Amino acid sequence: MDKKRRDFLKVAGISTLAGLGGTAVVDRLVSGTHPSVANASGGHGEEHAAPKEEHAVQEAPKTGKRYGMVIDVKKFQEDPALGERISRACIQAHNIPEFPEKKDEIKWIWMTGYENAFPEKSTLYKDETTEEHQVPVLCNHCDNPPCVRACPTKATFKNKDGIVIMDFHRCIGCRFCMAACPYGMRSFNWRNPRDFITEVNRDFPSRMRGVVEKCNFCAERIGVGQKPACVEACGDTGAMVFGDLNDPESEVRKLLKENYTIQRRPSLGTHPSVFYIV
Amino acid sequence: MFEKALKGNNYYWMWLAFLGFFVGIAVICYLRQYFYGLGLTGMSRDVSWGLYISQFTFLVGVAAGGVMLVLPYYIHNYKAFGKITILGEFLAISALLMCLMFIMADLGQPLRGLNVLLHPTPNSMLFWDMCVLWGYLLLNALCGWVILTAERKQVAPPKWIYFFVYISIPFAFSIHTVTAMLYCGLPGRHFWLSAIIAPRFLASAFAAGPALIVIMALILKRVANFDAGKQAIDKMVTIIIYAAIANMFFVGLEFFVGYYSNIPGHYHTLQYLFFGLEHHGHVYNNLVPFMWGFLILFVIGFFLICNPQTRRNNDLWLGIGCASIFLSFWLDKGIGFVLGGFVPTPLEEITEYYPTANELFITIGIWAAGFFILTILYKIAIGVEHEVEA
Ligand code: SF4
Ligand code: SF4
Ligand code: SF4
Repeated sequence: MDKKRRDFLKVAGISTLAGLGGTAVVDRLVSGTHPSVANASGGHGEEHAAPKEEHAVQEAPKTGKRYGMVIDVKKFQEDPALGERISRACIQAHNIPEFPEKKDEIKWIWMTGYENAFPEKSTLYKDETTEEHQVPVLCNHCDNPPCVRACPTKATFKNKDGIVIMDFHRCIGCRFCMAACPYGMRSFNWRNPRDFITEVNRDFPSRMRGVVEKCNFCAERIGVGQKPACVEACGDTGAMVFGDLNDPESEVRKLLKENYTIQRRPSLGTHPSVFYIV
Repeated sequence: MFEKALKGNNYYWMWLAFLGFFVGIAVICYLRQYFYGLGLTGMSRDVSWGLYISQFTFLVGVAAGGVMLVLPYYIHNYKAFGKITILGEFLAISALLMCLMFIMADLGQPLRGLNVLLHPTPNSMLFWDMCVLWGYLLLNALCGWVILTAERKQVAPPKWIYFFVYISIPFAFSIHTVTAMLYCGLPGRHFWLSAIIAPRFLASAFAAGPALIVIMALILKRVANFDAGKQAIDKMVTIIIYAAIANMFFVGLEFFVGYYSNIPGHYHTLQYLFFGLEHHGHVYNNLVPFMWGFLILFVIGFFLICNPQTRRNNDLWLGIGCASIFLSFWLDKGIGFVLGGFVPTPLEEITEYYPTANELFITIGIWAAGFFILTILYKIAIGVEHEVEA
């Protein structure tokens, strides 16, 4: 992590000041005063965050959870059918409609090109991985989510476990959050979705037209001790691992410790909770 | 005073009927959209705001433009604007009502619009935008009405109204600044993420708003026997010229930053808007004609309002000049700015937006409704003017 932050600082070319801030957090982590505080919440993006928000962002994780996910991109290369399986699992679990027209499209998790997911990581002569393979993208459940900042009704909000969720009954459909999400992870119900749900899951609400939706980290499942549907669909491949980033003993933390991981567009200071092993 | 709007010649009624016709079509189209959903528009998950929000953005500017009359008249005591300040205030009212209609047309769940008030969220710029827009609307309605009533009774307006007139000035600046902040505070939308957006919005507003007022004044001179005065018009044209130059200067700076820095995020959208953006072997360029229209109309309009021959000696040329500037800046802000910002998408793809017929009719209808309201307000203002003169 330490290395990652410094890499980031170098890449983003943020001034010495930010560097100092980053180091301070690292020092604190190393000295072990708050070993359970996940790295990405403080530090390098602080100077961009509004003071109030910074407070919230810094305070919450100390006591609470911060759910996150580690995705092993290599596993998706080994099994090209896996991508389809995870998106199907999500579609079935969440009554996601499938429209014939692309214009109406709604998606929570899908496979996209490496360069689409990580536009800032360019290569001149692409290796096979970057050229051919696809990576899954879903809402990053950002620790500093721009969509929450933008929403005028608090219909999108960050739960205390770090999950960014939506209240479909409060959303007015202004789509400000869609403009604000720098990852393009939000979809809008351009028309009544109910006629386009192939297999209805009675345990999850369907939506009405005119509201926004996105991946909710399967809040309804983890509440009852289940894994997210997409993680479950990966079986024991270990392609996607879900857990509490604030728990040093969690599987996700172990993976983060053992592997070099990247996040999507880290320079924007959103602090995504989804990490990729590439 | 409303009775003034009920008496008019045939042209007046024909004009209102003409506008009413488009309003009627828009109502039908809106009902279709209401019952089907926003899928009837050309918007998609990649271009999630379309004509409605871009018209809204432009019209906030037109509303703010009225302050270019209010400020010189009330702060600098520039007497020549005395007669037409009311035109600016009433234009602001109708532009703001158009803004609100566009917002309502754009909401996926319009009946829940009040949620913005029920769950006030100060960290959302949309919340603040709503506050300042309503504030400015009420201020203009109040000031316009009180001052017009006083004029009709041929007494000086009550002192307390000046308090509201003065706060309406910072409000005018704030409506467009906050509207710019809807865009320029979003991470990852590079075209919008520029500190110059707010000043650029203000500059183009202070050109487009007064340009429309000049056009209105020229029309009213012919059809309603209302003379704004040569001096007032000439001063307005000067304001338009400077504001238009400022806007073009800011646009030029965007180009410099984008192309000289050569950072893809900073020039991709400009490339898309003005030259077409190549992506996987396909050139996407559906907005290019509009943006060149913006530049060409600017040059034409600028020449017509600068050249003393066309500016001072011929109302028709002056009117065409102002109309060109207005249209030019409409293309810039009311088309290019909002739609361009969605290209490329956060996933480095390109989706082009084409409005549907239903969406176009709603858009036209809201403009027509705005001009309907404007006509009635101007009719009242001029009726009072004539009554006082008589
Ligand atoms: S990825 Fe987008 S939608 Fe998800 S939390 Fe971050 S900003 Fe919000
Ligand atoms: S569309 Fe809904 S969730 Fe998104 S900003 Fe508007 S009210 Fe909030
Ligand atoms: S975490 Fe749940 S909601 Fe999110 S993509 Fe996976 S299955 Fe869908």
